[in-house]
Amino acid sequence: MNRFAIPLALFAALVLVFAVALKRAPEKQFVRSALIGKPAAEFTLPDLMNPGGTVDSRSFKGKWVLLNVWGTWCYECRAENPQLLAIRQAGRVAVVGLNYKDEDEAARQWLKELGNPFDAVAVDKEGRVAIDYGVYGAPETFLINPQGIIVHKVVSVITPDLWQTQLLPMIEGRAK
Amino acid sequence: MIPEIGQFAMILALLLAAVQAFFGIAGPWRAHQRWMQTVYPAVAGQFVMLALAFGCLIWSFVHNDFSVRMVAGHSNSALPVYYRVAAAWGNHEGSLLFWVFVLSMWTLTVAAFATSLPRPFVARVLGVLGVISFGFLLFSLATSNPFERLQPTPPDGIDLNPVLQDFGLTIHPPMLYVGYVGFSVAFAFACAAMLEGKLDQTWARWTRPWTTVAWMFLTVGIALGSWWAYYELGWGGYWAWDPVENSILMPWLLGTALIHSLSVTDKRGLFKSWTLLLAIMTFSFCLLATFMVRSGVLVSVHSFASDPARGIFILAFLVLSIGGALTLYVWRAPLLRSEAGFDLISREAFLLFNNILLVVATAVIFGGTMAPFISDLMGLGTLSVGSPYFNPMFLLPVLPLLALVSLGTFARWKRGALRESRQRILGSLVLAVLLGAAISLGIYGSRSLLAPLGVILGVWIIGSALIDPIDRLRRGLSIAPAVLGMTLAHIGLGVITIGLTTMEFSRQERDIAMAPGQQVDLPPYTFRMQGVEDVDGPNYRAAQARIEVLKHGKPETVLLPQRRDYWVQQQSLAEAALGVSWRRDLLATMGDKVGQGAWSLRVQVRPLMRLLWLGAALMAIGGFLATLDRRYRRQREVVSAPVPGTAPNPPVRSVEA
Repeated sequence: MNRFAIPLALFAALVLVFAVALKRAPEKQFVRSALIGKPAAEFTLPDLMNPGGTVDSRSFKGKWVLLNVWGTWCYECRAENPQLLAIRQAGRVAVVGLNYKDEDEAARQWLKELGNPFDAVAVDKEGRVAIDYGVYGAPETFLINPQGIIVHKVVSVITPDLWQTQLLPMIEGRAK
Repeated sequence: MIPEIGQFAMILALLLAAVQAFFGIAGPWRAHQRWMQTVYPAVAGQFVMLALAFGCLIWSFVHNDFSVRMVAGHSNSALPVYYRVAAAWGNHEGSLLFWVFVLSMWTLTVAAFATSLPRPFVARVLGVLGVISFGFLLFSLATSNPFERLQPTPPDGIDLNPVLQDFGLTIHPPMLYVGYVGFSVAFAFACAAMLEGKLDQTWARWTRPWTTVAWMFLTVGIALGSWWAYYELGWGGYWAWDPVENSILMPWLLGTALIHSLSVTDKRGLFKSWTLLLAIMTFSFCLLATFMVRSGVLVSVHSFASDPARGIFILAFLVLSIGGALTLYVWRAPLLRSEAGFDLISREAFLLFNNILLVVATAVIFGGTMAPFISDLMGLGTLSVGSPYFNPMFLLPVLPLLALVSLGTFARWKRGALRESRQRILGSLVLAVLLGAAISLGIYGSRSLLAPLGVILGVWIIGSALIDPIDRLRRGLSIAPAVLGMTLAHIGLGVITIGLTTMEFSRQERDIAMAPGQQVDLPPYTFRMQGVEDVDGPNYRAAQARIEVLKHGKPETVLLPQRRDYWVQQQSLAEAALGVSWRRDLLATMGDKVGQGAWSLRVQVRPLMRLLWLGAALMAIGGFLATLDRRYRRQREVVSAPVPGTAPNPPVRSVEA
């Protein structure tokens, strides 16, 4: 064995480790949210659209729910809005907004301007409910099944493609 | 429009890189003059295109073109213009473009300054650099296009991460990049030598100044990064052994080893295959650093794992470039023979120990950085490796290394025995022990054993580095820039050693809640909180505390730490206040409000902290001086002269002869 081949052999081993790691990286990302498969945290929060009223998460039991965390300060949420409108129109799920660390007035103005894609908007000014959901930014979206179990978490803008290939199959039971 | 021009320029640069790579490598192989000539315009054209592309990116940032995803995601119209410029490289896509731009600058410099080297050799060097450039440009265009547009255009951007809004950030990454991209030159020189199948002492001489300049920039880059972490992250930390920092330190340690082994290959024609391997490894670790930082395999937070395509691409590129170079090495290294031998106590031997210890130190860091990752991979659970591992394990090779630096400077080439220098060694050692103990135990009253040891080693390094130059001056001899550079760099190492040990063992800090009127003692200093007021910045609002510092009851300075709320990114950040003098740093950092006008504060006294940055500066200046040595320039004249045989092994000049 040529001793000058030792560095190459070591490097090959390293590449193997990296390759395995890369292969597993996407899987790990999905397992990442420990909340998947767990019951969604219940909450009762002020209703953005009906000042004085409240939004109760239990009222959506029995339906598929798309819980979308958003804020007027989040520019990607603006890009996400049209797709949420389309999803609500399709009527497969109840779309619930969690207005995260925001000003009420600005949020209402924003919805008036862009269109309101939500069946209900809960106001989480302090981010207390967001903590239960392990939210670290916006937009983040949780797909919750009729039994109230979190099925999936999306940490980015929901694109038409993502809706068609990932979320919709889960709702229709086509995904494993 | 402008972003499209930038993107188009990048595509042209990619094509030119392909031209440069192909003709640079195929030209000398087919001994084709014209092909070799073609490389130069390709190099120049690529530089122009990349400068244009990078200029377009900066233009987009400066003009707040939020239709560009990068700009929308990393800038804001309220951001001061210099941070908007810096934001261009404060993100993955922009920093990649910057990486290739720096590479093209280095390539252009090689093409311009290496005119006196044999043409086929230069062509091969440029060809190898072209391959690297091609790989990075392809990666950038395929997976991380900085000019990607955003639909619909947001009205404003989400701002640059506040942590990155700082002067340190504007210059730290450029320095770092110039440094570790610079090692690509040594790598290309090594590959060219292997392609040629010849490596002689002149090769080492050509490679030395390039390596030293790259090392100098890397030194400055690391020091700036550490300085930035120290005052911007605000809690007094300057080195955290996190994967990103480690991945930058490893090429630096290997680069340091490379500089020393090149000197042996240059002066004595020894360690040839080892030097080649080090040149390959140093740049490999630069690439690996890019991979580890950018692919997210180590950090693995949401930043990157979402796009495994990037990781796969980088890995494929690593396999081709590093794997290719190492395969070439398996094939060519056995052909290299060292002509001479050396004694166990010669300078060669000391430099060999230096290399071994530096490589061991690198291995220690590499092991510590990879362990959590491998453990996670094997399903052994998450493992956290931090300073409890790194500090002692790093000291293990570094302490003997520091002792050897002094001994090594006394050793002569080839000949054994330190007998003739015995007096100097003993004299300088006794002086170091007395002075070091006096500083450490006398002034700072350290109780640990390690503190005086570190200071003694530092003093010894400085003393022994100075003996020879002082002796030469006394005898009226001149000092070559290379020797002066080495002396300065070694003094810098000594200064850092003294500063680091003293600071680590005698610093004081206190975390405390303070309301106006309250005070805390860190003898001989007293920190007295006088009040808190509101301050407005361009894109933040801040609470600013006024803390008066007294020494022995007499006013010394006033510190004004801030707690800033950046409204666009909704981030709260501590802006530490520093009171700086050569003897100590005084730090105050504001935490959260804890009610009733009181704020949580961390106050610190760090003696001799400045020596860290002074030492790094001395090292960098030393590196710079060393490259000015006339030897390197004279050698080029000799090589370009038509008389071969002046160098022990004249390089092949099959085409020109």
